[in-house]
Amino acid sequence: MNAVLRRAAINWLPAYAALYILFLYGPVLLLPLFSVNDSATPTLPFAGFTWKWYEQLWGNREMINAAWNSVRVGLAAAILSTVLGICGARAVTRYRFAGKRAMSGLIMAPLVLPEIIVAISLLLVLLAFGMSLSLVTVTLGHVLICLPYSMVVLMSGFEGFDRSLEEASADLGETAFGTFRRVTLPMVAPAILASLLVSFTISFDEFIVAFFLSGTDPTLPIYIWGQLRFASRLPAVLALGTIMLIGSFLLVTIAELLRRRAVARTKTDGGLFV
Amino acid sequence: MTAAADSARPVEPGVLPRRSFLQGEQAQGLALISPTFLYALILLLLPILVVIAHSFWTQDYLTIDRTLTLENYREALTEPMYRDLLMRSMAISFAVSVATVLLAYPVAYFISFHGGRHKNLWLFIIMVPFWTSYLLRVMAWKVILGYQGVLNTGLVGVGIIDEPSNAFLYNTTAVVIALTHAWAAFAILPIYVALEKVDRSLLEAARDLGDGPVRTFLRVTLPLSMPGVIAALLIVMIPTVGDYVTPRLVGGTEGVMIANAIQAQFGRAANWPLGAALSVTTMVAVSAMALVAVFILRAAARLAR
Repeated sequence: MNAVLRRAAINWLPAYAALYILFLYGPVLLLPLFSVNDSATPTLPFAGFTWKWYEQLWGNREMINAAWNSVRVGLAAAILSTVLGICGARAVTRYRFAGKRAMSGLIMAPLVLPEIIVAISLLLVLLAFGMSLSLVTVTLGHVLICLPYSMVVLMSGFEGFDRSLEEASADLGETAFGTFRRVTLPMVAPAILASLLVSFTISFDEFIVAFFLSGTDPTLPIYIWGQLRFASRLPAVLALGTIMLIGSFLLVTIAELLRRRAVARTKTDGGLFV
Repeated sequence: MTAAADSARPVEPGVLPRRSFLQGEQAQGLALISPTFLYALILLLLPILVVIAHSFWTQDYLTIDRTLTLENYREALTEPMYRDLLMRSMAISFAVSVATVLLAYPVAYFISFHGGRHKNLWLFIIMVPFWTSYLLRVMAWKVILGYQGVLNTGLVGVGIIDEPSNAFLYNTTAVVIALTHAWAAFAILPIYVALEKVDRSLLEAARDLGDGPVRTFLRVTLPLSMPGVIAALLIVMIPTVGDYVTPRLVGGTEGVMIANAIQAQFGRAANWPLGAALSVTTMVAVSAMALVAVFILRAAARLAR
């Protein structure tokens, strides 16, 4: 009886997992599918293959401008959140100090807050500081959103880091900064790169914070939001979405490979969220 | 880059006064975390306090009247429209968080116990859709559930219904489905981590003592993985209550949520204090709901043992 039950359990689980993955991927994969469909509406059956929606994107100044804005915001947010993440992750993994839990708790808080709360509270304060809304304010918000992810990626890279190597370096007369630059940094470089890629991806796709904090310069998701009002522009949006999908996929895959290398170097394991 | 350099400088030799002050591990740790902490303090904690302050003020045309009042909360709690939106948002976030956890648990279990050498690959495959644009993932559901959508054409083609139905899109169910899909990966990871920590020898012990697989699961695995279930529930429940995009894209008028009302107060209606009070009310309400859920789950886990 037990053996039968156990076999049943083992058999339905993989089938269920496969179904679950179909549920995760199915809707997302519709975008590339309909982006090459020769019809103005995303409906079945397929009307034939076409690249024309992609060609439409090519000369679209407005879209290219928004994409360029997103790249700039993404780069700035990725660098800032990774630099701040290095400080935070290093402090949390290397030192013991009073208030550590509360401080890291606050830094990780955006992960469990509704984004709209983060967005409106930032909006109120930035306006009170007398800042006008621009790509700068979007970047400040994105850094806040990216920081928890940077922290997690970097902490998994710093965790289990062999301290004796740093001590050896110090004993051999290297300064603290020298030790960091010549011993610590090379070992955690993959984690740092992973953090940069992950934050860039998040910032590039982020909508709500940008929606509240951007001025007249739209980011790419804001541009897409504006296009969604017009049914006739949907196929072009699907084409753009497909390009973004592929871009995100590539960046995240590279980030994961790098993170694994970082983990292998410091000999502990943990996922992107572990 | 200055932040990293600054935090490293204090321990450099030659800067004697600062060095003696910052010699302890305590001080070094604090110095190192301070740029990151200050960033979160100034751009997250302070802003949230400002929102709370606003919720006690009133809008006086273009200026803010700073006399303390509970008027906004009275309006947020008694105005039927806001009360309905809040209740609906809580119901949606509850349904979504329960659905994601129930759907995710078997997958997390499968990866943890039968994932073999490919655990990381499985996790990665599950995480990938999460890294794609939220906007696009929700939009995909519009393509599926719409009048001329994939579901309708499919059902008509198979002959289950005679003509396309309007029933799939622009309602609360569509919001719940789209949100459950969008947050799926978030639930898998905490549950997986908790399952990984379950001591496998305990399962053997339970089996040796005569418990069948179902009893072993209910009395050992499930209670021990409860922290992961609770984390997954919270990590989905709290953010989804304030979702703006999904109700706008697939909710129609029936699926409007509280975030849409909050946005209106900061946009067209230009009543920041009321928007702030709605935000605070939402956060308090969802936190209370989360606490109750945690309490019930903990009690259940204790009873099961």
